[in-house]
Amino acid sequence: MLNVSLSPHVHSGNSTQKCMLQVLIGLCPALLWSFYQFGSGAVIVTLASVAFCVLFEFLITRFLLKTPSTLGDLSAIVTGVLLAFNVPSNLPIWIIAIGALVAIGVGKMAFGGLGCNIFNPALVGRVFLLIAYPVQMTTWPTQAGYADVETGATPLALIGQYINGVANVQLPEIMDCLVGQTGGSLGEVSACALILGGIYMLVRKTITWHIPVAILVSAFVFAFLFFGFDATIAVEELLCGGMMLGAIFMATDYVSSPMNNRSQLIYGCCIGFLTIVIRRYGAYPEGMSFAILIMNAFTPLLNKYVKPTRFGVVKK
Amino acid sequence: MKTFKLGGVHPAANKLSAGAPIEVAAVPAMVAIPMAQNLGAPSKAIVAKGDKVKVGTVIGEPGGFLSSYVHSSVSGTVDKVDVVEDATGKKVPAVFIKVEGDEWEESINRTKEIVRDIKLDKQQIIDKVKEMGIVGMGGATFPTQVKLTPPPTAKPECVIINAVECEPYLTSDHSLMLAHPEEICIGVQILEKAMGVNKAYIGIEANKPDAIELMRKTVAAGYPEIEVVPLQLKYPQGGEKQLINAVIGREVPSGGLPIATGALVQNVGTAFAVYEAVQKNKPLIERIVTVTGKSVAKPSNFLARLGVPIADLIAAAGGLPEDTGKVISGGPMMGKAMPDTNSYMVKGCSGILVMKNEEARRREAGPCIKCAKCVHACPMGLQPNFLSRYSELNMLAEAEEERIYDCIECGSCQFSCPANRPLLDWIRQGKPKVMGILRQRAADAKAKADAEKAAKEAAAAK
Repeated sequence: MLNVSLSPHVHSGNSTQKCMLQVLIGLCPALLWSFYQFGSGAVIVTLASVAFCVLFEFLITRFLLKTPSTLGDLSAIVTGVLLAFNVPSNLPIWIIAIGALVAIGVGKMAFGGLGCNIFNPALVGRVFLLIAYPVQMTTWPTQAGYADVETGATPLALIGQYINGVANVQLPEIMDCLVGQTGGSLGEVSACALILGGIYMLVRKTITWHIPVAILVSAFVFAFLFFGFDATIAVEELLCGGMMLGAIFMATDYVSSPMNNRSQLIYGCCIGFLTIVIRRYGAYPEGMSFAILIMNAFTPLLNKYVKPTRFGVVKK
Repeated sequence: MKTFKLGGVHPAANKLSAGAPIEVAAVPAMVAIPMAQNLGAPSKAIVAKGDKVKVGTVIGEPGGFLSSYVHSSVSGTVDKVDVVEDATGKKVPAVFIKVEGDEWEESINRTKEIVRDIKLDKQQIIDKVKEMGIVGMGGATFPTQVKLTPPPTAKPECVIINAVECEPYLTSDHSLMLAHPEEICIGVQILEKAMGVNKAYIGIEANKPDAIELMRKTVAAGYPEIEVVPLQLKYPQGGEKQLINAVIGREVPSGGLPIATGALVQNVGTAFAVYEAVQKNKPLIERIVTVTGKSVAKPSNFLARLGVPIADLIAAAGGLPEDTGKVISGGPMMGKAMPDTNSYMVKGCSGILVMKNEEARRREAGPCIKCAKCVHACPMGLQPNFLSRYSELNMLAEAEEERIYDCIECGSCQFSCPANRPLLDWIRQGKPKVMGILRQRAADAKAKADAEKAAKEAAAAK
């Protein structure tokens, strides 16, 4: 008896698991840099975050939803690594557990699991922690280690102080931001490593260039306009804080970003704009997470109203 | 190198039979020639049990405007007119002929000599193409005489020959070009004459460098108005709209005819069949078919008579392997899976692809992760994820707004979906429903306009 089905009869061989694996490989350079920069702290926080995310997804599918396990698609691991990338490397483990529960439980599974969530799960977890535990979430280690490490200001905080005329503030060195020898969230410090991972994902066609490039270009333009027409500061705004991490890995999250080139460009430009506005005029020195979450909410609208270039349709 | 502007995918080429010479397939003791070998109305059988036929004798007449003549591919006695299953398992009438010898109609020029001088004029060519039962050989089987008679508003500018063969595995067009380059060029000239144009392009994908070179050499030796255009490897470049876009950069308007771009597209196999019909008086009684597959012992290109059992052709290529899971008529991207191998060779069958059990099974579908790979793959600029969902939920107004009617069913979306979602299966459910609504709406609008016109005339008469 022969199989009968409709065409196509062949498949590219791509799978959700492969896509997620490519994202994980893309995250590797930044992860390795964080191990170097923050030492045991980075290792402990990352392992804890991944373990809790996987554990909570397992428990929820097993005991709440009573559905087959979805761990095989690797998306829980991606969320775990991204959550770790967005917190300080000395964050207490119990706070990480709460963040993972919010990310997986509220951010993802409550909406119906992979593919159904409106917001980026890791950012939901991160922003929850930022609001719930503002002190722990804004204490930035500047050296390797987990407990009792020296902490200091992030480059974004320095830029903020500089622009507001605080005396004796030096702008961070561009080279330090590029390499990642600054304080900040675990995975965000090395622009170089993040860009390297981004190039890998572009080459493997995991993502397209539209969202990252739109974010970076728009952020540069608005940073130049809002931060006193200073190109150095504008460049540092791109290299520091969560900009690269957000543009390359968070905003490009498949599920919560729009689906065609045009809507992705609009989405990216809005994220860049919102980030800079929040950084310059908001209460927080960092605006990437909020900007992405805000634009996540607009994704269904962009999907509905922004259509791709059609073949054979002449614009009237 | 040129290619079409939107979307496209890169399936593994697997041209296993590339370079295999064209072998003449054996003529069996009995053939069954189906009477539905063209797009449109089926042909009507005009022979009955006991009739003697020769190779080239008309056995079927067009059953309508969009229909074709069918000729006997063998000499012998009509055994019966019965029903057979076509490649999709649909029952169609067929003429069974018991083969006796190999006697051809005297009018057919069977010599090997190439006839270069085109004696027929425009209308005579179109009539001859109709009389010889020529249809589109790429697989769509659109009756060629109809395509050569565009609406009077059309302004033909050029002929584009589709020698892309973008379907993986298939090599019938490739082997044809290597064997008969000059005949193809003369066929192209005949098509130009029929359309009243003086420019032609032959689009060939870059994975056939030998064919590109040979066709270029042939063209250079005396066919200056023909241009060989190498195309960047990308599926579905052989789609009519994509090919026109790739070669001359124009877009077939949505809902319009391809000829609106000034280009008439014909398959390279059709060009060759037109040459044989017009210059040699030979009806369409045989074609080149690729029999291939990873498990097939001897992937081959056969010159097979119409009506030969498919099972015979598979046997000639080494037989149906034990672990066969699927047999496809055509290529793996758009071909039709056959329920069994009991069907017969027809004009549109460019390939028979045997797939192993493990290749034939689809993997389980997962949730859509909205990765947009289908959107990037779609050559028509559609959003297959939404179309599929709208079809599934019967949201036809939304499906229409997303232009489901523009879908060419190339399968690029489903091919590239990491979640293995059956996108095209669903789109195929919704598309005819939306097309039906559009037709009904057009009919209603016309009826309304007619009624208004009649009322106006009646008022004027008073």
